[in-house]
Amino acid sequence: MASLWEYANPRKFMTVSGALLPWVWGIAAVCLVGGLVWGFFFTPNDFRQGSTVKIIYVHVPSAIMAVNAWFMMLITSLIWLIRRHHVSALAAKAAAPVGMVFTLIALLTGAIWGQPMWGTWWEWDPRLTSFLILFLFYLGYMALWEAVDNPDAAADLTAVLCLVGTVFAVISRYALVFWNQGLHQGATLSLDAEQNIADVFWYPLITALAGFGFLFLALVLYRTRTEIRARRLKALIAQERMA
Amino acid sequence: MLGLLRRDLTLAFRAGGGFGLSLAFFLIFATLVPFGVGPETMVLETIAPGILWLGALLACLLSLDRIFQLDWEDGTLDLLATAPVPLEGVAAMKALGHWITTGLPLVLAAPVLGLLLNLPLPAYPWLLASLAAGTPALSAIGTFGAALTVGIKRGGLLLSLLVLPLYVPTLIFGALAVIRGAEGQDATTPLILLAGITLGSLATLPFAAAAALRVNLR
Repeated sequence: MASLWEYANPRKFMTVSGALLPWVWGIAAVCLVGGLVWGFFFTPNDFRQGSTVKIIYVHVPSAIMAVNAWFMMLITSLIWLIRRHHVSALAAKAAAPVGMVFTLIALLTGAIWGQPMWGTWWEWDPRLTSFLILFLFYLGYMALWEAVDNPDAAADLTAVLCLVGTVFAVISRYALVFWNQGLHQGATLSLDAEQNIADVFWYPLITALAGFGFLFLALVLYRTRTEIRARRLKALIAQERMA
Repeated sequence: MLGLLRRDLTLAFRAGGGFGLSLAFFLIFATLVPFGVGPETMVLETIAPGILWLGALLACLLSLDRIFQLDWEDGTLDLLATAPVPLEGVAAMKALGHWITTGLPLVLAAPVLGLLLNLPLPAYPWLLASLAAGTPALSAIGTFGAALTVGIKRGGLLLSLLVLPLYVPTLIFGALAVIRGAEGQDATTPLILLAGITLGSLATLPFAAAAALRVNLR
């Protein structure tokens, strides 16, 4: 029976991901363009927020992906620690900068929206602050990858950091709620709600969300392939030196 | 393990530089703050809880790279790893040693500095209690960070980047307990949550630190 772990073989991963990648890029482009164009030009303005409401099509998907990117890194780090598949560790390494950029996008679009709506670029609100802390975690994680020379040791150390960091990021999230009452509205999207937001906003929003999801997948696959190639190149150079 | 603790403490007391330095840093930090924000007692009164907690946190942070660095350089750490003591125990003892040499003096010195910063009277018991409950967590988290970066040359800045985000919940609850105390409210809830963080860190982080040390010693 075919097992999921077959794809941990770098050669197999390279063939499969190489075949998948154009499709993933394509779906990402279609969903992103479709969702954003639909959202920006073919939805009515909110009667109180005016056209600023349209930033939701960038802000919400990037924020969701920023958190999920960290959880993906957590899972791949666990797989690396338990089963020692190198592709898994490289995928975690590849996902970190992407997640960091999504976090930054969420923070920046939030600030741009907050200036006219809340009258301030920044507010020490639990959600905003926990995103800033998540951003710092991404920075630390990436810095640790860069700082350790031995690739296996770097993978191990960053994986342990990812585990501990997750626990503390979650604690920070709830500590911050305790610390300051929020200005940020509650969740707009939840699976168990009867209706989330009005359907005219909802359909373009989930299209944009799917677009960001596939964009993340495409970028991570692409970056993981680059990392695998870089490691092969390093091995080849080492072989040359030995010969 | 107790022998290890005794050795660490003796080194810190006698070999100079370890013991009093973070305390002196704490003092200087608290002295510099009024120069930065002005000497109005009203302003100082409101920011004193946060300043005291920040000072304790930074003083802890600055002494972190001493935990493993010297032992790593002279090979003691390799011996400890092959010794019959579990490495988790070594990490826990190192954290305890760090707390006794930096955390405990900070707790004892904090009320004096609170006086300098015009901290309101009802806050003093909460200041002592929250620092006593919170600084062990700072040491445990810091030991983990030091274990992660022990093999890295000039890892000091990286260590701060890794450890400071982990310090956030401790700082929030610690400072919140003192702020509530200063306003004359009951601060039991943040104090209990702070103690929870400390106990959780003490129970789990030595294992993470030992795992990181094993990777670095490989």
